[in-house]
Amino acid sequence: MPLPRLIPCLDVAAGRVVKGVKFEGLRDVGDPVELGAAYSDAGADELVFLDIKATVENRASLVELVERVAERLAIPYTVGGGVRSEEDAERLLLGGADKVSVNSAAVADPALLTRLAGLLGSQAVVIAIDTKAGGVYTHAGGRAAHRDTIEWAIEAQERGAGEILLTSIDADGTRDGYDVEITKRVAEAVSIPVIASGGAGNNRHVAEALGVAQAALLASILHENPDRLRTLRDEIRADGIELRDAA
Amino acid sequence: MIDVVVCEYGAGNVRSVIVALRRLGIEAKTTEEGDEVIGADLAILPGVGAAGSAMRGLKERGLDEALIKRVEGGRPTLGICLGLQLAVEHSDEDEGVTGLGILPGRASLIREGRVPRIGWARVEPGDEAFYFAHSYAVETSAAVGYSEGIVAEAALGSFVGVQFHPEKSGNAGRRFLERHIDRVVAWKADSNGVPVSGTGRP
Repeated sequence: MPLPRLIPCLDVAAGRVVKGVKFEGLRDVGDPVELGAAYSDAGADELVFLDIKATVENRASLVELVERVAERLAIPYTVGGGVRSEEDAERLLLGGADKVSVNSAAVADPALLTRLAGLLGSQAVVIAIDTKAGGVYTHAGGRAAHRDTIEWAIEAQERGAGEILLTSIDADGTRDGYDVEITKRVAEAVSIPVIASGGAGNNRHVAEALGVAQAALLASILHENPDRLRTLRDEIRADGIELRDAA
Repeated sequence: MIDVVVCEYGAGNVRSVIVALRRLGIEAKTTEEGDEVIGADLAILPGVGAAGSAMRGLKERGLDEALIKRVEGGRPTLGICLGLQLAVEHSDEDEGVTGLGILPGRASLIREGRVPRIGWARVEPGDEAFYFAHSYAVETSAAVGYSEGIVAEAALGSFVGVQFHPEKSGNAGRRFLERHIDRVVAWKADSNGVPVSGTGRP
């Protein structure tokens, strides 16, 4: 298996990186271009850019900003938020994204995953699942989809998704640790890579998540001090988990 | 300086290759023209997506013949990811696709671990990790580098193919591209039609 990955996530609203707690109370934490470049330089294994208002406010993703971030990266780049069609996805890939992440639109129209995988290949299609109490939520956590998280993860894989970005709404932004239980259940139910998301507060939390998932998403823990990524990587290595040497 | 073209054929993230080369001071040109592909000092065949539609994209533009021709002429050519899988004789993807046949061998579905195989993995010989994102892998007698038992790198004559993405592999990827460019520069300097050798890894 490839090495476990640490993936900083830029939640972007109105052109700025923001971060909330349990998807609410968003505050400004920085410029996406500068933060993205800082993470790429600090040894991030990948970068995720989520336009978190695209679904809520019903507007298309910020392609121009996506491009400016891409220009500064030397690592893989996933972009999501408001992807509803093949055209949306292609625009993001032309803008420099390597993968697109789909959430609400795939729940509404699961065949979208198959169409995207046919066009881009499964390795470029990430299904983002926001979960709470074992169920799926869409529209930035605002709407219950009345679907079981495990069942949806399996269906998304069958329909062509190549990776699962699993965010626990209750853990998001708390820094109290990932929801290891649901992450483990999803990872055992599918054969595609799973990215754990929501709740990272320290190296132990990340190490726990990497014990069940192939990658861990990081946000609140990093944004105030992007250099924290370097020390975090060292601490996680000291916990006995092998990470790539980014030198 | 050398002139570098990146094949544009509707399959892939051409932009990230251009950006990575720009960091090395090279303004590569994207092209859909067979003549430009034949004539450049280095042609890069990137690619993500499915083999079937990618091969159609190459054929529609005549780039399949152009690539074969330049490799026959000993001109340096680099295939990345799907660009490696298209170079072999056959791919099992999309119910079977005939490849360029620049390299012997075939591409088939990965059967171990999580698929797609996504992430950073070491390439041997050597100890650097590169970024991979693929569901299919090649088996070829031209293999010169492996990652977890999977062909990571193959070379024959003037063609080099890598399964990983140097343009997405941080510092290790940058070093790979630098060395690869250096070899092309050296080839051009004493070019008597001698095929370039080596890949870009130490």
